[in-house]
Amino acid sequence: MKITLDQDKCVASGQCVVAAADVFDQRDEDGIAVLLTAEPPADQATDTRHAASVCPALAIHIQE
Amino acid sequence: MTSTVESAGESPAAVPRFPMTRAAGCPFDPPPTAVAQQKQAPLTRVRLWDDSTPWLVTRYAEQRALLADPRVSADINRPGYPLQVALPPGGGSASFVLMDDPEHARLRRMVTAPFAIKRVAALRPAIQGIVDELIDDMLAGPKPVDLVEAFALPVPSLVICELLGVPYADHDFFQDNSKIVIKRDAGPEQRMGAQRALLGYLDDLMGRKLADPADDLLSGLAERVRSGEMTRNEAAQMGVLLLIAGHETTANMIALGTLALLEHPAQLELLRDSDDPKLVASAVEELLRYLNIVHNGRRRVALEDIEIAGERVRAGEGLIIANDIGNRDPDAFPDPDRLDIERDARHHVAFGFGVHQCLGQPLARLELQVVYSTLYRRIPALRLAGDIERVPFKHDGNVYGVYELPVTW
Ligand code: SF4
Repeated sequence: MKITLDQDKCVASGQCVVAAADVFDQRDEDGIAVLLTAEPPADQATDTRHAASVCPALAIHIQE
Repeated sequence: MTSTVESAGESPAAVPRFPMTRAAGCPFDPPPTAVAQQKQAPLTRVRLWDDSTPWLVTRYAEQRALLADPRVSADINRPGYPLQVALPPGGGSASFVLMDDPEHARLRRMVTAPFAIKRVAALRPAIQGIVDELIDDMLAGPKPVDLVEAFALPVPSLVICELLGVPYADHDFFQDNSKIVIKRDAGPEQRMGAQRALLGYLDDLMGRKLADPADDLLSGLAERVRSGEMTRNEAAQMGVLLLIAGHETTANMIALGTLALLEHPAQLELLRDSDDPKLVASAVEELLRYLNIVHNGRRRVALEDIEIAGERVRAGEGLIIANDIGNRDPDAFPDPDRLDIERDARHHVAFGFGVHQCLGQPLARLELQVVYSTLYRRIPALRLAGDIERVPFKHDGNVYGVYELPVTW
């Protein structure tokens, strides 16, 4: 699984951090999401997929 | 320009009025007409107060698709936008909620940092303190008591005042005016007066933050005004929005959520007897889904022709995205009319979807988690004082809830 995150689209809702805190974080200055790991381990796949599905800005893309 | 029903042979009378009324005796369920519309099609027409007939988007998948579609505008000043009331002369509100990108993104990003998950999580002990103190007061006072007045309204008001740097001593003033702003039936003059009063108040406060900054959100905005990133009026508008949205919505979720749980005792017991924070979090999501207190639809207008679900939405046509029925769509939530705090409801659309999704949702979630995990445990015998038939529901509000909730224990 490979993740890409479009920070220009991100609206800083933090939904991805709630869903998968090991994969996503937010910048202190504006809350825009940052990717902690572009290739999360298998045991985080479900949470990561959930993060992508709840992202309101459709900013997270997953390549399986 | 208003959108009209074009399909031949469809009589105007067949197009239902919007907003719709809930069925008597079903205070938690969406209006039957709305449910019928959802069964009929993902997009149907409704008739508004001004006789325009925008689309009602009834199903979950189409709601998410349209709310995230850049060909759909949230700009209240565009022709075809399905207005709730006539626009005041000079146009609609200057709130970023009713703007499109890039203006919307520019303003939204001014206030995203304080709502980041970790920043909000750090407020947990302070929120727990507020909740505990209010429960102490309730337990020490007379009963029955109105839960709205004693608890549901003060919790989020105290929290948002603390966060923004608004003196809580002014709560009567801003709560009274907020109520008018979000009341569906308020006259235009009354509504504008309340809006002006709140704007004047926030502008005045902004002046004080400019002169004497503190460690709060409004002072942060004042700093941006000083550096020329935003105008003082933009900052004051933002303050009004955060103040209203910060207390009204959560207050309604606390009171209506409590009533829903009291009416579903097995679910309440499950929540009360568990010390698993995951179950508390899941209960919050399920109650947000089930109640979806914003029940007047998210309003949009199409910028281009859009093909969706076999329909063609034309440029300039209005869209009302009824998230309350979307959250009861059986294709997205099996057995949707059952309140089940153990289900996975995290993909609900109670906070909307797309770039306008609620900015304050991390704060709302945290407040609700603290409240729902504390109130029923500390007052296990909590119950409705009187009959549910006598509870005054906010059928006339843009945010659904109860005006009063007499409880005892
Ligand atoms: S869920 Fe999407 S919009 Fe929200 S912070 Fe994460 S990437 Fe940004």
